[in-house]
Amino acid sequence: MSHILEAHDIVKQYATHRALDGVSLNVPKGCIFGLLGPNGAGKTSLIRIITQITAPDEGYVLFDDQRLHPNHIQDIGYLPEERGLYKKMKVGEQLLYLAQLKGLSEREAMDKLKVWVKKFDIKTWWTKSIEDLSKGMQQKVQFVATVMHEPKLIILDEPFSGFDPINANLIKDEILELRQRGTTIIFSTHRMESVEELCDHIALVNKSRIILNGSKKEIKNQFKENSYSVRYHGELGALSPDFELITSKDTSEGVQQATIRLVGDATINQLLGNLIKQVELVSFHENIPSFNDIFIKAVGSDTPDESK
Amino acid sequence: MKNIFLVLKREYLVRVRKKSFIVMTFLTPVLIAAFYGIIVWAAVGSFKSEHKTIQVIDESGLFKDKFKSDKNTTFELISGPVAIAQKKLKGKEDNLLVHIPADIMEYPNSLQIYAEKNIGPMLKNRIEKVVQQGLRNIKLSKAGITQQVIEDANQDVDAQTYSLDDEGKSQSSSTMAAYVAGYAAAFLLYIFILVYGAGVMQGVMEEKSNRIIEVIISSVKPFHLMLGKILGVAAVGLTQFVLWGVLTFGVSSATQTLFGFNRFTATQEVMNKQAEQADPEVKKEMEKQQNNTLQTIENFSKSAQSLPIAKIFFCFLFYFLGGYLLYSSLYAAIGASVENQQEAGQFTFPIMLPIIAAIVFAQLAINQPDGSLAFWTSMIPFTSPVVMMARIPFGVPAWEIVLSMALLVLGFVGTTWIAARIYRIGILMYGKKVNYKELSKWLFYKG
Repeated sequence: MSHILEAHDIVKQYATHRALDGVSLNVPKGCIFGLLGPNGAGKTSLIRIITQITAPDEGYVLFDDQRLHPNHIQDIGYLPEERGLYKKMKVGEQLLYLAQLKGLSEREAMDKLKVWVKKFDIKTWWTKSIEDLSKGMQQKVQFVATVMHEPKLIILDEPFSGFDPINANLIKDEILELRQRGTTIIFSTHRMESVEELCDHIALVNKSRIILNGSKKEIKNQFKENSYSVRYHGELGALSPDFELITSKDTSEGVQQATIRLVGDATINQLLGNLIKQVELVSFHENIPSFNDIFIKAVGSDTPDESK
Repeated sequence: MKNIFLVLKREYLVRVRKKSFIVMTFLTPVLIAAFYGIIVWAAVGSFKSEHKTIQVIDESGLFKDKFKSDKNTTFELISGPVAIAQKKLKGKEDNLLVHIPADIMEYPNSLQIYAEKNIGPMLKNRIEKVVQQGLRNIKLSKAGITQQVIEDANQDVDAQTYSLDDEGKSQSSSTMAAYVAGYAAAFLLYIFILVYGAGVMQGVMEEKSNRIIEVIISSVKPFHLMLGKILGVAAVGLTQFVLWGVLTFGVSSATQTLFGFNRFTATQEVMNKQAEQADPEVKKEMEKQQNNTLQTIENFSKSAQSLPIAKIFFCFLFYFLGGYLLYSSLYAAIGASVENQQEAGQFTFPIMLPIIAAIVFAQLAINQPDGSLAFWTSMIPFTSPVVMMARIPFGVPAWEIVLSMALLVLGFVGTTWIAARIYRIGILMYGKKVNYKELSKWLFYKG
């Protein structure tokens, strides 16, 4: 698979603080890439290097197999976490200005904007000042500003903050549509449910280093604990040492629930065989870790001593 | 390059469309014209002021026919006692009472004037002058000097000043015209640098606090953004300057055609009026004065025409741009480093200091345009724009101007370099109070 972006051994050092410490990262083309990590882990520093706001002290970045170059600015769209527009400027003028800074001619910008204005139904805002719009409306304008020049790579930092559920869905659909058209999206967020829903790949940054990196499936497999949830009627007696009973509790209506982990080379069939002998099964499924769990676990195990 | 222009264009259009810019640009020339109109009107109008009656109790008997009544003032000699005259004064706002004691010769300070309201300085002066002159004449003739000699001794001296040009020819110059032109140019420059420098700082702070900065600099290099902003604001300043020039000229010539007078006839008219109202002796004195004044005005306008207007204009543009670039880049660096107005204060102060010093040096330079203080302060880039503008109307050797301009260019290239390095770090720095040590570290950060 070809990569839209490759970061190689990036080091960024601020006065006393090493924000990025040998970060390497590959972002495959046409995917939604979740860039996760606790606050202050170095995500913003990495994004600023990709957007060429700052330069790395060591290492290099390849964009579309070329060293990152000022010409690439127009191929990248960036929605920073801290949103901002010129408050007193009119919506239309502002969008045209930002589009021209990205290298579009005024006419191209106008043509592309027409499509978005129609799509987001914001025609009536065109001559309004930003400060006269609600926060959600401002966010919409800012989203349009990020994507209107049709960049190959879009970096969205917490794109859903400030949106009501309806508009958040609208933006989500746009993101999915952009991916369908081949755009790559780097998506930085703390909202794990949207990571679960949208991301194909994730990378987890913690304390200036990448501690997890891979496709959604790979990572989930990596964190699977071989544990299963069982619901049943009856009484569960002792299990063979191949199976470890982690929890068991009484749910309503006489249904029992247990979590059981396979130890060693034991298979699901063996477990099922064992269970069927003792109880009447209601349901059986594998426990797949959520990104929320993975995040907490990975970050937690990465900071054993220093947190104390 | 294209982006610098885009930023410049936005900066220019946003500012030029602001109400405050439009109001300032169009109102200022009208205000100047109105101000001038009021002065002329007041000068003409003040002689139509209400009539004053001045009662004089002359116990010395020396001033019987010295006070001359005219259209607006009537002098009445009355006899004391002062207390009764004072009582009669009550309720008569337009009346004054002058009391000249018998021993005025020995104690000239014993002259007393009473009135219900305050006495205007002009009237007070006039009365004092009559008494003073009367006393002096008496004392001089007692010393054996004749009336003829006294009149002859009343000589006015007004030096004609000439400046020698390169070919050694003397050119009539009026120090007055150079003085006015120098001060006006220096002051205008000082105001422009302060106002537009602060404008740049505001703009940068706005972008930072709006948080749009991160969006913009993911498209534009910070240096280009800074430069575009500085140049855009400079273009606004030049626009305002040119519009003021055109409008002031337009408004004043319109007023002149409308009211059918020009400055000199207006002044003359005032003086004629003054003279008409006076009695022959005062009239003679006034005519003399009037001639002197007219002479001065004529000299002034003649020498104002002899001022190198084109040179002043060109230098003004150059020093405005140079001085503005020097300071506004520093202002931009401050705007980028701080998060609010209060924080900005501590950093703007050291920048304003040399600008304020410059206007002080400029005042000194006007009085001594060729002094060594004037020379050095017009070479140092931080003060040179303002001080040099003050000196130029007096004539400054070409090599000094060229050297000063070259140093100014070096100066602003230097400050812009420093400012750019602080700016690029500062605009992305939030939630951190900066100090000078921090700022100096930023200079050496890598891109």
